[in-house]
Order: sequence, then structure tokens, then C-alpha cells
Amino acid sequence: MAQLLELTLNGRPRVDAVPDNMLLLDYLRESVGLTGTKTGCDGGECGACTVLIDDVPLLSCLTLAASVNGRRVDTVESLGENGELSAVQRGFHEKLGSQCGYCTPGFIMASVGLLRRNPAPSDDEIQEALGSNICRCTGYVKIIEAVKFAAQLNAEGTAP
Amino acid sequence: MNESAPIRNIGDYVPMVDGPEKVSGRALYTADILEPGMLAGRIYRSPYAHAEILEVDTSKALALPGVKAVVTGADCDKTFGVLPISRSEHPIARERVRYRGEPVAAVAAIDDATAQKALGLITMKVRELPAYFTSKAALALDAVDLHEHKPGNLERDVFFELGDVEEAFSKADLVRQSTYNCAEVCQNQMEMHAAVAQYDAVRGRMTVHASTQVPYYVHLMLSQILDMEMSQIRVVKPYVGGGFGARTETLNIELISALLARKAGGTVRTVVSREETFITHRGRPETDITLKLGMTKTGRITGVECECHQRGGAHSGYGVVTILYAGSMLYAIYDLKNVKYIGKRVLTNTPPCGAFRGHGTVDVRFAFESLLDQMAGELGLDPVDVRRTNYLNAPTFTDNDLMINSYGLPECVDWVERESAWRERRGNLPKGKGLGMACSHYISGASKPVNWTGEPHATVKIKLDFDGSVVVLSGAAEIGQGSSTILVQSVAEVLGLDMSRIRIITGDSDVVPKDNGSYSSRVTFMVGNAAIDAAQNLKQVLVQAAARRLEARPEDIECLGEVYRAGTQDTGASFNEVVEEALKDTGTITVTGNYSTIPESHGGRKYRGSAIGGTMGYSYSAQVVEVTVDEETGVVTVDKVWVAHDCGKALNRLTVEGQVQGSVWMGMGQAMSEETGYHDGLLLTANMLDYRVPTIQDSPPIETGIVESNDPHGPFGAKEAGEGSLAGFLPALTNAIEDAIGVRFDDLPVTPDRVFAAIEKRERALARAAARKKSA
Repeated sequence: MAQLLELTLNGRPRVDAVPDNMLLLDYLRESVGLTGTKTGCDGGECGACTVLIDDVPLLSCLTLAASVNGRRVDTVESLGENGELSAVQRGFHEKLGSQCGYCTPGFIMASVGLLRRNPAPSDDEIQEALGSNICRCTGYVKIIEAVKFAAQLNAEGTAP
Repeated sequence: MNESAPIRNIGDYVPMVDGPEKVSGRALYTADILEPGMLAGRIYRSPYAHAEILEVDTSKALALPGVKAVVTGADCDKTFGVLPISRSEHPIARERVRYRGEPVAAVAAIDDATAQKALGLITMKVRELPAYFTSKAALALDAVDLHEHKPGNLERDVFFELGDVEEAFSKADLVRQSTYNCAEVCQNQMEMHAAVAQYDAVRGRMTVHASTQVPYYVHLMLSQILDMEMSQIRVVKPYVGGGFGARTETLNIELISALLARKAGGTVRTVVSREETFITHRGRPETDITLKLGMTKTGRITGVECECHQRGGAHSGYGVVTILYAGSMLYAIYDLKNVKYIGKRVLTNTPPCGAFRGHGTVDVRFAFESLLDQMAGELGLDPVDVRRTNYLNAPTFTDNDLMINSYGLPECVDWVERESAWRERRGNLPKGKGLGMACSHYISGASKPVNWTGEPHATVKIKLDFDGSVVVLSGAAEIGQGSSTILVQSVAEVLGLDMSRIRIITGDSDVVPKDNGSYSSRVTFMVGNAAIDAAQNLKQVLVQAAARRLEARPEDIECLGEVYRAGTQDTGASFNEVVEEALKDTGTITVTGNYSTIPESHGGRKYRGSAIGGTMGYSYSAQVVEVTVDEETGVVTVDKVWVAHDCGKALNRLTVEGQVQGSVWMGMGQAMSEETGYHDGLLLTANMLDYRVPTIQDSPPIETGIVESNDPHGPFGAKEAGEGSLAGFLPALTNAIEDAIGVRFDDLPVTPDRVFAAIEKRERALARAAARKKSA
């Protein structure tokens, strides 16, 4: 069976019919074509599919599409204004928080969620907020630097 | 006077040229390719570890509405494999299955759900055979052979003795032997394996998009498996979500997708699960090592005897090379004179292993640096000093004919000793804390290519056209390591231009020159040198054009990047003007740059396979690890790591640091938590919860030092940076734990339950000793 899904996706209202058992991840990637959100595991292990639902970072691979009816969903494609990179995007790019880039959208959305609720996180708070995201390239050292740099840019006025 | 000056970038912190795509979600990986009407591919896998196939019945699957094609072993009698000497693997099993999870059939259907449903309708009948899950079991005299042409399940045995090992041991003041076991580990790169195969039935052409490190090898194997002319095949490498060696050979997924696409006459996208990615891992084999060292009382190594058994899995893969690396790379880090090596690569009924980061060198380095440390302790020597006592005197050739020109190991050791305050702190830390150190090294590309064609080892083209843009064309596979960035930097540096003028195109066999691929840390060295050559050739063309424009002699032309001039008083011509002049005779300009290794770097002929280990330049690494061991729980915390890496010259300090930190951290995973587990050949750890990858909360700060030994052959003096620091972490960790709690771990990973059991054992031994003392 299918349901009608009304949501605000990356700032735009949208209506779709979605099967009851469709995951939010598959809805975003396969139905809408927003492939920035990645599939990295068989469910809930890696954090690559993290999106913001009403500003809270959640795993889209463990969320049914139909369950976000009436909610606000933001993916990595929502970030940045006028084509410029957002603070967190700049952090991951300029400080090399991203190597192969596959885990990056998930890390970025988890970091954006963190900075929206805590604009000046400590190292421990960063590690806690990113504790369910796996990166296989960086050893995380530069990811922590990326988020701290983003917090600094954010404080200077660039949106996270 | 013109104030213009060439723009320099080498040695800077340069963000990656493809970073904006990655952080914005615009980077397209293979699984992101969406095409209307494309089919979903799924693979039916063997539930048996070892069996003769009697029948595979796909008739019900084929009859399911929505199923467009089904393939089985009957659809392809060709074999594939990365090494020309051992291509024994079928993309889909024929006659026999040799591991649980081996492909037996595959389905292309209108969507994933239909394809999945179809798999459930496939049945197979078999006659089960005895299966072997350890090297020892497979080597038993009465074991059934997995492959007819490999009697005794021995993929390859290696033996060499250079010097006189018995005599060396007899002259030593201390001889010790120990055994080590390193669990099988997987790359577990974040992007699951994927392929999109598009068959153009009208033209008989095949295009395959693959998440691979080696598009050229995929091209070769597609031609072989499909029995198609190479000219009718196009291989595209989109963004790749990590490799670490998992993708340095053609995978059955790519071949099966192509077989399905041809049969269905359309496009098939196969995105396998994380579980299947683990099964198709090509990781580091479980390794058993017996190592014996002789040492004088001053710490000089007199002789080495090493026996190494690798559980290679059910097919050959890179196996021959892996077992040879484990022996040859005993050398090239210390001055060794008498070395005996016995290697056995064993075929077992587990998924095939491959070339995991640090290929072949890691587990042996763990054993070597562990025993070195243990013997230093017994002799009352400082572990750092023992390494110093055994330094090479470069430039030199090792006894197994490996060419060493630059050798920054001493500077690496000095750096970590100083930065960790080793002298002041070791032995003076609170209870439960310890410091350990170790060294490691790696090659900058295998000097002899896998497929010997007589072509240069690397080729890069540069296109320059009316718009003044410099476009680099390279087959080098960018997999996140930053190869595209390094090539852009290199070309910009030679031309003195800002990097924004340079664009790079990679990863499409229709457009870019062939490249062997991203493995054995070859790209910066080999392709970097080819890029420099191409840029110098372009610069010559531009200098000639500038001379014509400025009516000067070419030898008087000075290139300032955006300006070319004849003497300091000349206002010169702008880059765009010079380009305009250059195009007058020829139109669009393309130049070629090549690189080939020199014969002296190809290893010797002292034993069969001695070319393996030969490279143009070895990287060196030293690290100190600080740990805290909780004796109540057995939990080991890595508080900090200091690592110094000799990469010859850091072309890009940002990416060098990233590579070194990533290597150290991946070594930490292998040392502390990662291991596969099987039950009767069934992979039990096929997810990221049971296969424990360290999270950000488990991971330490890594202080990173860069040592620049300026290799005479390296591009701008550079050597590899992305593998050599992995191996050192493993022994540095166990050496640190030994320092902390007096217990040495010779088996990896060092999990909390192993630590806890060892502490209990130590306590019981102490209690017994105390009781004996009391009763005496």
C-alpha cells in the first residue's frame, strides 16, 4: 500500500505517494534523486545516511519515508547559500575532513545538527555527536579540526 | 619591469581539487547513477563452503514477471584473475563452489524487490566436499585439493636463504624465537561494491561504471570474460568511496553485471550489500608467523629466520605477490645480512584475500618489531637505540637487490623520540600507562608492472586550447587519496600557474590514457613523474612560441607562469598571448609525458619472485604509541600517537598528513578490534557492528611529523605517504602494552577479553610465585 507524504524537503514543500515500506533513504535517493545521502551499510551501522529531521540528525536508513509526513527534512544538498559552501562544508573541504567523500554527507549533517544546537562544542562534544558515524579514511583527526573550524566560521557569521 | 612571478604550490596545505563536489553531495559514485529503465542486478550465492555443483535450477526465477535475465556458470567458461600466472576464478562458479558466498547465479529484474524475490526461487543441488577453514587444515596430507592445478592446496611456496643463518645465530649473544598470529582483516571501505553495466546491443558495445581502483584491469578482464574486443568496451570510474586494496583487482560483481547487461540487452546496476562487500573483501589474510632473530649484546641483528603461512581463501587473487612481499620486505628497513624465509600461501574454503593497504608487509613487520623490542628488553637496551644500531647506510642495495636511494628513517626515529619525550617519560609513567615504539616502511609503486606490455609505466597527456585552459588527462584512479590533486599541483608547479587554470579529467577509458591503477602507492611517484614530464614538454612548446612572439631566442625566454619574457627589462607576453602564438601552427596542442622505472629498481634474480619488493623509493615511518590499560576491564585506551613519515618531499602537506593519520588509524583497527570470524565457512562478522571499526570516540590524537629525504628519482623528491605508517602501529601498540602491564601480546587483535585473560594469567603466576617464596 502507498501513502501520501507531504513534507518540506530542503526548504521546498513536496507531495509524493510512497509505499508504506519505503525507507526515507530510498525515497531521497531513488524517488527524488537526491543521491548526496549515501547508503553505507545494511542498516544503522555507519551513519552515512544521516539527514536532519526538524534539525535533529537521524538515520534515513532506519526511518520510513511515510513517517516524516508534515516534517522538515534537510539533506546535504540543502546546505550553502548562493552556491557558496556552508561553514561545515568549508571545514570538511579546507581541513581535509573528507578524503574519499563517501561518509562525508553523513558527517556533515551530523555536524550541522550539532552546531545548530551547540555553536561552540568541545572536542568531547564533537566526538559524542559524531560517535555513530564511521569514516574509514581520515582517522577522524581532521574531522574534529573541520568541525572546530566550522564552529569558528559559524561564529563569524557563516551559516553551519 | 614586470612583477609577475611563477606561482608555487608544492609543499603547501592544498585542499583537494574535488573537495567541493564531495562536501556538497554532487560527487556521483557508482550507486548514484540513475537511468530510466535500468535493471537491478542481484547475485545468488553459495550456501556451501565446498561442493561439487550438480544442478542449478533457475527456471522459476526466469519465469517470474519482471525478471529480464538470469546468468549462471553456464553463461561463461572463461576465467579471470589479477595475475596473468594465476587466472583461475570464474565470475560465476562452474562445477564447484569453494566458499560460502561464491556467486552461483545472478538475476537482472525491473527492480530490487523483484530481483531479490527471484533469488529465492533459485535452487542448487550439490555433492558436498570436505572444507578447510584454516591453513593447517588445508595443508593436511589427506586434504582434498580445492584446485586441481594446485596440489596440496599450496598456492605458492617461497624459500630463500641469503647468507648463512645458522652461522649468524651461532655468533649471536641472544637468539629468540616467537610465534605470532594476525587475524584476517577487511578493508571495509565506506562505499559498498557497485557496478553499472550498459550494453548497447545495436553497436555491440559495453560500458561499465565500476567502483574500482584499477579501471584498466577491469577493462582487460571484461574483454576476457565477455570474449569481446577491448575496443568495444569502455570503463568509467566514477567517484570511488575508498579502496585500501579491496578494489585493486577486478571483482566478480563488475563481470557479472556485464554478463547480465549483455543478456538483458540493457543497463544493469548491481549495488551489493555490506554483507556481500565483506564477502568480496580481498582483505589481509590470517597469518601465522614463526620468527627467529639473533642479536649481539649491543643490539645488532645477526640473522633472521621467518616462516609465514597465509590463509589465502578459495582463489589465487594477488596471493603469490602477497606471500613474496612478506619475505622480500623483511629487507630495506634495517641492515640485514643473513636472512632465511619460508612462505606458504594456502588455499582455503573462505572468501579470497587480496592486497590490503601495506600489502604483504604488515603482519611480518608486527612480528619483527615485536621480537626486536622483546630482545632489546632482555638485553637491557633501549628499544629506540636498538633500531638505531641496525640502520642501513643508504644509498645501497640490500642483499635481495632492492635499491635504496633515500632513507629518512633516522630522522623519523629522532622526531618521535623527541616529540613523545621518550627519554624522559618511558619508565616513569603512572601504573597502567606505557609507551611503545616501532618502525615500518613501504614501496612507492611496484617497479615491475603486473602486466608487462613494454609501454611506459605511466603516461599523462595535457591538452591546451584556445581558451588558455590546461587540461590534464590521466587514467590515475582517484579513490579519495588525492591523486587528482597531486597531478594538478605538479602540472601547475612546472608551468608556474595558479591551480585554478588547471583542470583534470580522469576515469574514462574513452578519453584518458591508460593507467595501471591506484595500488602499491604508485600514483604520486609514477604518474606524478609522468605529469611533470608532460608539463615540461608543454612548457617547451610555450617557450618556443614566446620566443617567436617576442622575437627572442628560446634560451633567453623566462617563464613566470602568467608572463613569458626575454630578460628582466622586457614586459613580455601574457600566458594567453603565448598560447595564441603556440596554436598558430598546430591548432589544439596535446603533449605527452611518460615515466618508466629503471632496471636497477626491478629486484634481482637470487630467488624465484625476487622482483616483488622492487621499487624506485621506499618510504619510512616511526611511531610512538602511548596507552592506558585498565586492569579491571582489560580495556586498552590509546592516549596519543606520535608518527613521523619520510615521504621524500611533502607535495601537499594536508593530504600527506591525512594519509599518514589514516594509515596509523587503520593499523589501530587491525591491532585492537578488527577481525573476521567464520562458522563452518559462514562469515559471522559481515557488518560494522560485529566487525569493529574504531569510532571517533575510540580514536586518539595523532601528532604527525613529516620527514623529507628528497628522493633523487621522486617527483619533486617525493615518495609514498599512504601506506608505510600502517604497519608500525601494530607493534608499537603491543610494545606499549608490554611497557604498561608487563604482558606481551603476540596475537592480534588485542581485544579487551584477551587483555583481561592475560592479566588474570599474570596475576595467577604472581600469586603462585609469592606462595612458593612464602613456603620456601
